[in-house]
Amino acid sequence: MSYLEHNTKHVPTGLRKIWYINWPLVMLLSAVACAGFLMLYSVAGGSPTPWMEPQMKRFGLGMFLMFAIAMVPIWFWRNMAFVAYGGSLLLLLGVELFGEVRMGAQRWIDLGFMVLQPSEVTKITVVMFIAAYYDWLPNEKTSRPLWVALPVIFILVPTMLVLKQPDLGTALLLLMGGATVMFLAGVHWAYFATVVGAGVAAIVAVFESRGTTWQLIKDYQFRRIDTFIDPSNDPLGAGYHITQAKIALGSGGWTGRGFMQGTQSRLNFLPEKHTDFIFTTLAEEFGFVGASTLLLLYLLIVVFCIASAIGNKDRFAALLTLGIAMTFFLFFAVNMAMVMGLAPVVGVPLPLVSYGGSAMLVLLVAFGLVQSAHVHRPR
Amino acid sequence: MKRPPKDVIESTRTISRRALVVGTSQIAIMAVLGWRMQSMQVEHADEFRLLAEENRINIRLLPPSRGLIFDRNGEAIADNEQNYRVVMVREDAGDVGEVLSKLTQIVDIAPEQLTRAMEEMQRRSPFVPVTIAERLTWDDVAKINLNTPALPGIQAEVGQSRVYPWGADLAHVVGYVGPVSDYDLSRIDDQDPLLQIPKFQIGKSGAENKLEHTLRGSAGHRRIEVNAVGRVMRELDRQEGDAGKDVQLTIDNRLQTYAQARLDGESAGVVVIDLEHGDLRAIASAPSFDPNLFVRGISVKDWTGLNEDKYRPLAAKAVQGTYPPGSTFKMVTALAAMEDGVISADETVYCPGYTDVYGIRFHCWKSGGHGNINLHDSLKQSCDCYYYEIAQRVGIDKMAAMARKLGLGIKHDLPLSAVASGLAPDKEWKSSVRGEDWRIGDTVNASIGQGYVLASPLQLAVMTARIATGHEITPRLVRLIDGVEQPSGRGESLGLNENTLRRIRASMNDVCNNRRGTGYGSRILTEGYKMAGKSGTSQVRRITPEERAAGVTRNEDLPWERRDHALFVSYAPLDNPRYAVAVIVEHGGGGSSAAAPIARDVILQAQYGGAPPLDAYPANVRDKIAEQQRRIETRIPMGAKAQSRA
Repeated sequence: MSYLEHNTKHVPTGLRKIWYINWPLVMLLSAVACAGFLMLYSVAGGSPTPWMEPQMKRFGLGMFLMFAIAMVPIWFWRNMAFVAYGGSLLLLLGVELFGEVRMGAQRWIDLGFMVLQPSEVTKITVVMFIAAYYDWLPNEKTSRPLWVALPVIFILVPTMLVLKQPDLGTALLLLMGGATVMFLAGVHWAYFATVVGAGVAAIVAVFESRGTTWQLIKDYQFRRIDTFIDPSNDPLGAGYHITQAKIALGSGGWTGRGFMQGTQSRLNFLPEKHTDFIFTTLAEEFGFVGASTLLLLYLLIVVFCIASAIGNKDRFAALLTLGIAMTFFLFFAVNMAMVMGLAPVVGVPLPLVSYGGSAMLVLLVAFGLVQSAHVHRPR
Repeated sequence: MKRPPKDVIESTRTISRRALVVGTSQIAIMAVLGWRMQSMQVEHADEFRLLAEENRINIRLLPPSRGLIFDRNGEAIADNEQNYRVVMVREDAGDVGEVLSKLTQIVDIAPEQLTRAMEEMQRRSPFVPVTIAERLTWDDVAKINLNTPALPGIQAEVGQSRVYPWGADLAHVVGYVGPVSDYDLSRIDDQDPLLQIPKFQIGKSGAENKLEHTLRGSAGHRRIEVNAVGRVMRELDRQEGDAGKDVQLTIDNRLQTYAQARLDGESAGVVVIDLEHGDLRAIASAPSFDPNLFVRGISVKDWTGLNEDKYRPLAAKAVQGTYPPGSTFKMVTALAAMEDGVISADETVYCPGYTDVYGIRFHCWKSGGHGNINLHDSLKQSCDCYYYEIAQRVGIDKMAAMARKLGLGIKHDLPLSAVASGLAPDKEWKSSVRGEDWRIGDTVNASIGQGYVLASPLQLAVMTARIATGHEITPRLVRLIDGVEQPSGRGESLGLNENTLRRIRASMNDVCNNRRGTGYGSRILTEGYKMAGKSGTSQVRRITPEERAAGVTRNEDLPWERRDHALFVSYAPLDNPRYAVAVIVEHGGGGSSAAAPIARDVILQAQYGGAPPLDAYPANVRDKIAEQQRRIETRIPMGAKAQSRA
């Protein structure tokens, strides 16, 4: 039970809620999505099909969902957290059992009207569930080992399922998102220090395991790591993507080569140019000015979320908002670092820009929750 | 459960504090991303821009058109012709099999060619044009163009290919081109990117080969934009190369084809030098071959045929073949001895029909002997004993020096394949190459152009030219390169005694125009066109004492390979000579009977610039000559383009 429920008289009701929506955030999200439409139009060679039109429809649907969710009081969503978490675990198991194999990974599940990627949904439900857990947990128990172990298990179960697909990027995002919420809730520093130490040890172990019978990660993941460390030793194979991406990005210069003038993307040198590597096209065509503007938009979205959370006295709302902001941050930071050659190539799309239904819808639903927290915050 | 407000405030504080920590680290990470962006897009933008350009831009070479070769009259003897070929783009064709079967109904294409094209299409990307057939006629091209709608993906293209309009008649001079091979690339040190073009045509023999760098020109290029799989998107710019330079040879096409025709049926060679500038007017070698076969890629059957022919059609006998010069070398021996003063013009030597030198008997061709004989008569009647005697007096080293002065035993610098250097032997040569001492018998043999002495018809023609003029005539094959006149081959005076030369020339005059001369049968009657010459018959076998005792076998009774070589050198006209000619007829028998008539016909043709009037010939041969002229007029050279002559 949160403080909020006893102070509902200050919370807006009915359609008046519209006025309390975090409108700057809506504007920022729309601006980023518009940048995405523009780039999808460009990579299709100046055509709204096959990518821009469906993406716009999904954005429209997503915005509708966002507003719908924002209208519903945040405590309802807190009560739904367990159901959402349980549901997403079932979906992940469903993928494991009935999922479709695409591009060497088992990530998709066909719902009839759309193909869903449950791992995307999980990114939000885990954050939601951990936030609800700490909302329920009395403050003084936060750092006790048993009460720390529980959320760790809640995080690790879906992470393991996602890793099995295999989807290293999403697994990493789940882990980081969940851990961030735990950190924000006030779990003691020492736990994190221990985990980081163990993590370093684990990385060493993974590298040691290479080529042995107890090899811990798949060969293709090793190859991605190799390619990341030195893309030039396989310029036509695995290193080709990242090399071409860097060329596209770097050749943009200050102001870029102009809309639809990017040779790297127009002549198909760029891989996955409408999904994971769409940022390179933007950087190529609009240069440093365009790329840093997009980065600034993302920064503002994160800042607006943090600002909304800091002023929010409801524990669940604050933790959820910050957790979603962190997940969103991880999305674009990992994607950008990846195409700039600062991180290994793991399949993480650029949020709201990359073509893809699940990610777009899930993100807008997540921002619906953020809006709901904002609208229903105790005053 | 109701949480006390104090608890809530504390929890909110914790969250806010930690949110600031998380937020700060997020902003720090974004700062790193921004810095990285700035570093790539601003600081290193130029490097990446360059890499992007390299990615998208391909440079394709444009082969230049090869320089033409003309004869001295301005007729093209190595020409470029339009080569129509039909190419197919797989992705435009749809059903490849169906389109090809339609194509074969219109144009005649060999099934092997079709299978080869199909295989290549499978190997290449679908947008790469693959050549299906080459060297189509204009009719075929017209038919294909007319049926374009029914033949998707099929295009008729035009390129250039080399053609030799005179076929075999100039093959040994002009040579031929062929596709550059791995062997060529390994052998020549040439960085020209053109050689990397598959099937680029380079000169393989003759002037085409030796003048390669003049004729080839330099590559142009076009820059094209390609996408990641190599499809051409558009042409960015284009810079044409420099076409190869045209070359004009000194060869007179009409004289050359005449000489070639005159040699038909023989294994022989003729060289005609114009004494004015040393121009080579004709270099004929028979039999010859069709150079056009090589341009298209010669079949194994044709190639084996050419290689196994015992008359060696691929050998340019006139410049590449070396033969014992026989009696034509006597001028060299005589000049060496006269210049050295070991004998005077009037001094006689007794010829009993043989000479004994340290127990070895050397025979004169005339077994009865010539009796007392002087320089003039010894040349005219080709007495051997006279030369045995004077050679022993003057010595081999001075003879060899004279031979080299007259152009024998040295390699003449001509843009032709395998120009022979021949051999003017001396003591030093024998000890260094053979590791043996020079013997007096070697000198005796050399005095009549036998033994170690070897000369090519080209060298004998140069010798004749130098005797006729007293000047250092150097043969010249290239007259103009890109319109620039090449240096004349007429050099300074040789510094020989003019009186001696005059006596030698007078003897050569009598060889042809004196009733007792060996070449009298091949004399020219017309005043002002008369020729002087010297015959030679060189043995290719040893005549044993037993055979000599039983009577030397006549040439006609010997197998072809063992018959004597027939040689004749001549110049004309007598006063102020203009042309020098050397003829070799391999295993042709006597020089005066087999070689002299050829020399006469060729030198007359050269002087008249066409067929000479019959009254230039002695009356008894006129019918035969008229018949021969008719035959040559109607002849079409092997491999010549019939339509180009019409």
